[in-house]
Amino acid sequence: MMKQDMVCIACPMGCKMEVSTIENGKTSYNVSGNKCPRGEQYAVKEMTNPTRMITSTVRLKNGHLARLPVRTSDAIPKDKIFDCMKTLDEVQVSSPVKAGEVIIEKLMGLDINIIATRSM
Amino acid sequence: MYDVTIIGAGVVGCAIARELAKFNIKTIIVDKENDVANGTTKANSAIVHAGYDALPGTLKASTNVLGNALYEDLCKELDVPFKRIGSFVVATEESDIEVLKELKEQGEINGVPNLEIISKEEVRKMEPNLSEDIIAALYAPTAGIVGPWELAIALAENAAENGVEILLNSPVTSINKVDSGYVVVAGEKEISTRYIMNCAGLFADKINDMVNEPFFEILPNRGEYNLFDKSVGDFVNTVVFQTPSKDGKGVVVLPTVHGNFLIGPTAEKVEDPNDLKTTMNGLNFLREKAHKVIPGFPFNAVITSFTGLRAKVKHGDFIIEESKNSKGFINVAAIDSPGLTAAPAIAKMAVEILCKSSGGFETNESFNPNRKPSIHFIDLSDNEKAELIKKDPRFGRIICRCENITEGEIVDIVNRKAGATNLDAVKRRARAGGGRCQGGFCGPRVMEILAKELQTDITSIVKDSKGSYILTGSTKSSSVEVN
Amino acid sequence: MNYDIVVIGGGPAGLAAAIEAKENGVDNILVIERDRELGGILQQCIHNGFGLHVFKEELTGPEYAERFIEKLKEQGIEFKLDTMVLDINQEKVVTAVNTVDGLLHINAGAVVLAMGCRERTRGAINIPGTRASGVFSAGTAQRFVNMEGYMVGKEVVILGSGDIGLIMARRMTLEGAKVHAVVELMPFSGGLTRNIVQCLDDYNIPLLLSHTVVDVKGKDRVEEVVIAKVDDRRRPIPGTEQTFSCDTLLLSVGLIPENELSKSAGIKLDPITGGPVVNESMETSIEGVFACGNVVHVHDLVDWVTEESRRAGKYAARFVQKQLVVSKKPMETKGENGVRYIVPHKVQIENITDKLTLMLRVDNVYHNAKLVIKDGDKVIKSVKKRHLAPGEMETINLPAKDLANFEGNDIIVSLQLEEE
Repeated sequence: MMKQDMVCIACPMGCKMEVSTIENGKTSYNVSGNKCPRGEQYAVKEMTNPTRMITSTVRLKNGHLARLPVRTSDAIPKDKIFDCMKTLDEVQVSSPVKAGEVIIEKLMGLDINIIATRSM
Repeated sequence: MYDVTIIGAGVVGCAIARELAKFNIKTIIVDKENDVANGTTKANSAIVHAGYDALPGTLKASTNVLGNALYEDLCKELDVPFKRIGSFVVATEESDIEVLKELKEQGEINGVPNLEIISKEEVRKMEPNLSEDIIAALYAPTAGIVGPWELAIALAENAAENGVEILLNSPVTSINKVDSGYVVVAGEKEISTRYIMNCAGLFADKINDMVNEPFFEILPNRGEYNLFDKSVGDFVNTVVFQTPSKDGKGVVVLPTVHGNFLIGPTAEKVEDPNDLKTTMNGLNFLREKAHKVIPGFPFNAVITSFTGLRAKVKHGDFIIEESKNSKGFINVAAIDSPGLTAAPAIAKMAVEILCKSSGGFETNESFNPNRKPSIHFIDLSDNEKAELIKKDPRFGRIICRCENITEGEIVDIVNRKAGATNLDAVKRRARAGGGRCQGGFCGPRVMEILAKELQTDITSIVKDSKGSYILTGSTKSSSVEVN
Repeated sequence: MNYDIVVIGGGPAGLAAAIEAKENGVDNILVIERDRELGGILQQCIHNGFGLHVFKEELTGPEYAERFIEKLKEQGIEFKLDTMVLDINQEKVVTAVNTVDGLLHINAGAVVLAMGCRERTRGAINIPGTRASGVFSAGTAQRFVNMEGYMVGKEVVILGSGDIGLIMARRMTLEGAKVHAVVELMPFSGGLTRNIVQCLDDYNIPLLLSHTVVDVKGKDRVEEVVIAKVDDRRRPIPGTEQTFSCDTLLLSVGLIPENELSKSAGIKLDPITGGPVVNESMETSIEGVFACGNVVHVHDLVDWVTEESRRAGKYAARFVQKQLVVSKKPMETKGENGVRYIVPHKVQIENITDKLTLMLRVDNVYHNAKLVIKDGDKVIKSVKKRHLAPGEMETINLPAKDLANFEGNDIIVSLQLEEE
């Protein structure tokens, strides 16, 4: 049995939780310390498939600034964050760009796009 | 071949440079720093002392009183902020009053006009925010405040306008005597020169020792300061000293010429002539001492702290003389307090010594003593503001929000002789970044303007010294090259 | 030049106020912005987490700003960029400059102050050490990295665990820098929990509570930052020093409402918030001069700025339309027992049509507490709070009908801890 500490971010309470991983034929989790069910949901998600939204910038040509802010269209697997950043390094777009415009389609083969967050 | 090489572009070196610009000679001023006025001149109490502190008969006494008298006209010619606001030495104990009397007498021997010991009531009437514990004060109406680096920069600029060369980032590493005079190695440059003025401040002993027998040692003395917001700038309107003790003049509280408020300095002997850090103890000490005279002061309105180093020597007096065994090598050294006040007089004296040694120089008939006034947009009338923007729209763009400094003003001070090349240099000349946000908002914009005016890349703009880089490169630079 | 309403500041507060005023029937509005673009600080806050309350979706700063900017343009509200207000006087004459119009004198029917805030600096907290380059306020660094596209350092220590500090820890890490630690003077973080988890924990960046920076070393550029533990009076404990070899120190040590214009206009300020004293209409001590957003008090969520600013815009419109009542007997709000401040400071119930919103902050971290609203000694309402922290603004809404029965002169909010 593996134990891991976690702070819940489902609400501002910030419950300090302990997650035990139980390997018993199939993997299950025992969450304690949470004061509501949302804590358990969050903890299990963090253990099985943690994902994060990524916000960053890409190079922009002919804009009034040299960078265009972008984000992922949805959260990506946490372990892909730095690969995502590397992909963004390679990109250069030209002004004008509209907010919401797709900058990279199917980021790293995922069903997720990189989209502009500002019209420039 | 240069006639005179001045080593050190502090207020003394710059004052000498300007005096020498009055002659038809070739003068160069060299400094190891990335700007003029970047040593002791940029971090001191900014006081123009009346002249009662120094012992009668000393160089300090004579140059202080004469220097003080020269300030008015000098600052007018150079458009430098100077205010004759008077000073107090306050007494809190009976025994202090004896000291005040001695100071008054000493001042009178030195030739300080209108000294007066005033009562508690008079003190409180003039400065109601001073402590109730003050029982009397020595009032010196001729004391004043000045922008110390503004003065040095203005002197340098005016000297340069009149033909003096300025060489920065060039530390002097050797000086050789030759038949025609000296060869000075300053940075990458070899300078052949007939005469040398050693104004190297904290390093004046090292410069002297390159040519002469060592006969003095500079003992750096660290002084920390706290600078406060303009909102408290008029807490007192006079320079307020405490009764001096053996340890020196103690902590002073005073308004600055720009309407801020200054408290300092501490006094601490240090080994390293580059030790410019501030310390928690030092800053706590200042508050404790200042509290004694201004108990209600809002110490939380601090905007910055800084440290200055004073070039003291054991025997205590200035050294202004030609070297005994090196003709044409003039030491202008050990200039600690009241060096800023004395600088105009020191310059005259040093140049007299040089003229005596050299047999004199031809007068430069085209010397222009006046510096082009700097523009203070925010102080102009509405009409003047409108006119100025019409002439140059860059005066309509405020870059520094705290001090209301326009792009036009920054461009102006970058493009002058002895102009600004880095962020701190802009701050010292135009005050952009010198306000309460300390460049948080305007820093990036000022860097942009510097890069444009100096035709360089923004990443090469530094804060102060050549190595004080601000940006470490471009984001997204791991693959594609920077646009 | 005449306008019914002049809004000073084109950030989230100014934009929301202007739009709301327009929607409340005022046509002649001017927004004055000192930067080169609208949106204010949101344009550099490229991270997400904005808009959950206002739009019920999670937006990035630029996206949130763009919605308001589009609306402003749609409604044809005038704005001037790159324009700095130099002065506002009691007669509501606004003096401003820019490169195109030169010096402007604008007569305003009403003024809305929305100048936002600035960052507390190294100097203001007297961090000792050398003056080497490489010490940045987090917001300045954020602008460089996110908007200009420059990195400000490679090896970083961050002082202050407010949200900007946390966000910048992640941002610098993603851009390839090594963030050694986030150092916090207080025994708790000033930032949101989700930011601690997603900005620090995700990247194994340690958060050192009850620590501070005691020395900055380096001649030209920062070379080392020395930190130490502090005691319960926040004084460094000798012997607990730790040295980080780094080239950069980022400061996220607090925000200060920018009220230089308000001060010179003679507007009364609250020493605790650092912003103007305002009434239910977000009107300052000068009649017809309103204020909203971070210039009044520093908010942690832009959504609350928007809500507050809409209120200011609405009431500014009503002032212009001469519908705002000056009460003979305004009530005052007072925070007690752990409630540090309340905005608004004064309440004229005559002007409240639907509800009164009280915004407040507490002075410490509390669990299982109640915020009790009293009319003198009489309890009007009590709100349970499982978690309260200084970094998280609390909002209490009082329906107009509850206020009608107020007898006392003060609206008192006090904090009560529940028995465990």
